[in-house]
Amino acid sequence: MPKDVPPRWDRRMQQRLARGEAAALGELYDRFASLVHSLAHRVLGDESAADRITREVFGYIWENPDAYDPKQGSMRSWVARVTQVQAVARLRQAELGRGSREDLERKVAGANAAARADFIVTSMPAPLRAALELAYFKRRDYRQAAADLKISEDEARRRLRLGLQLLSTANTLPREDIAPPGYGGSR
Amino acid sequence: MTGPSGAPGDGYDDGCGDGYGLPGGGTRIPGPRGAADDLDPRYAPDAPPVAAPVTPPPTPPHGVLKSLLGAWALAACSAEETQAVEDHLTECAPCAEEALRLRDAVGLLHPADSLDLKPMLRSRVLEDCLGKRPARIPVPAWATPYDTETARLDALLQDFGDAEWHTPVRLKWFEGERGRSHRTTVAGVIGHLLTVDGMVATALGLDDPLGPDAPQGNPSKRTEFFWGGSDRPVTRQVREPWREQGHTLVRTVSFAGRGVAELSVDYGPFALPLGDAFLERAFECWVHAWDIAEAVDYPYDPPSGPDMHRMIDLAARLLPGALAHRRRSGLAAPPRGLVAAGAPGRTLHLEIEGSGGGSWDIALDSPAAKPSPEHRVAHIALDGGEFCQLAAGHISPEEAAIGQQGDREAIRDVLFTAASLSRL
Repeated sequence: MPKDVPPRWDRRMQQRLARGEAAALGELYDRFASLVHSLAHRVLGDESAADRITREVFGYIWENPDAYDPKQGSMRSWVARVTQVQAVARLRQAELGRGSREDLERKVAGANAAARADFIVTSMPAPLRAALELAYFKRRDYRQAAADLKISEDEARRRLRLGLQLLSTANTLPREDIAPPGYGGSR
Repeated sequence: MTGPSGAPGDGYDDGCGDGYGLPGGGTRIPGPRGAADDLDPRYAPDAPPVAAPVTPPPTPPHGVLKSLLGAWALAACSAEETQAVEDHLTECAPCAEEALRLRDAVGLLHPADSLDLKPMLRSRVLEDCLGKRPARIPVPAWATPYDTETARLDALLQDFGDAEWHTPVRLKWFEGERGRSHRTTVAGVIGHLLTVDGMVATALGLDDPLGPDAPQGNPSKRTEFFWGGSDRPVTRQVREPWREQGHTLVRTVSFAGRGVAELSVDYGPFALPLGDAFLERAFECWVHAWDIAEAVDYPYDPPSGPDMHRMIDLAARLLPGALAHRRRSGLAAPPRGLVAAGAPGRTLHLEIEGSGGGSWDIALDSPAAKPSPEHRVAHIALDGGEFCQLAAGHISPEEAAIGQQGDREAIRDVLFTAASLSRL
């Protein structure tokens, strides 16, 4: 569920974490655990590995709340990035020595794109996501989707196209695949 | 902004807009190249015969074709439109490039994982974190079961659609000598939790979620006030305020001083110190989460052993007072003799098996009497889940599967009293 949280929430959460407030840690978990877990699961395809990444990611954030820079974007996207980096590092570790180097790189690239795509889908405006869900998962054509959503056909076409345009950036805009400063991949 | 080329962020408007779809243009299906592109006579005069025999559907203007790219990539347009787009793609490089990009993007769509987060993961993650870096402002131990149970229920609600939110739920409790029930919906149950948690909030000086006119110190009256406050049924909108209040409560007691656990919360016929009120709220949250899960046919686990133990301990501590209350109402047998305050009196030994279990000695004659192993007159043993069901009013004292020996009357009184701890 996307949350339109104002940046104020992000900054306040960071301050609360920095001053060691356990209640803030619980709230952080409640807001982001499903995001972290599902991204880790998408990259690693394994539930217990995703559990482990979830523990590591929250551990990292709790120990390094200052690593988040509100000027660089939302806490949500930062949490997603930390998760992706950690999960992909684990994927590399697990796949090392299995198959060729090219296979590994292809796998990593695929996992990165899949994780970014998931994040984009969960973060995109709800109207776009609703249109994509109808067209893709419910197999409605755009006219039916327009009727379902009580919008014009023009608008339905617009939302489907815009939704896919956003999603396509997962393939073309690789997020930095290097660890953010101070974040070792092998913690 | 409803125009077909109004999609924001597209940079393609000027690239290939010329030549196609001019209103009133005679040529419906453009040839591979526009005649004016090339003066080669082979291209110029041949166009007209192509369109002659059947009249094909008019080709949509470029802007429309472009706006169809998303629907096309998702296979969500008509056969004619698909054909028109595909014809167009052979001629328009920018659209062809975008089409490819969007089709690749479709490959990234993926059904959301139906995988649920394991509820116990939260406690483990928090424990891990606090082991690495101890909290400077910890959550008081008596508030953690509430924190855990509200988070667990919230996770259950996470994927609920409107259908689930409006699923009927029958709330059950025990009053006097018999079971009572009230029908509401999943949203109504969350409203009930919001309402009663609000009593703890006001005890802490926070705003009453029901506003200043709400009845105080009476969970049922408050709930009726909330349910009856609007003509429209409670909706999923209730989740956010309930959740936020829960977070606020936990945060507030984290910052409060040590003595806060002793602050009194008024429940009407009785009052609980804040620490116990948090436990009571945790118990109620679990019980209603269980009601909800049953109504929508989801599995729902009991609390962790240590949390369950705290909840059972609270019930065991409440039993002597509640028994005295029933006695005053003529619902329990009179005491067998006067016991001076603090002196040992007749005692029932309560043994709870399973996770969170333990054993408790319950004073039978008066809340002021001291329970004493030497004065045991009865012994009952039951499973923790069973005891909680009983204390929640979900099963009647006659239904509970219990191992018992000793004074029958004392056993009956304690079991009925346990059931009477429940309320709406």
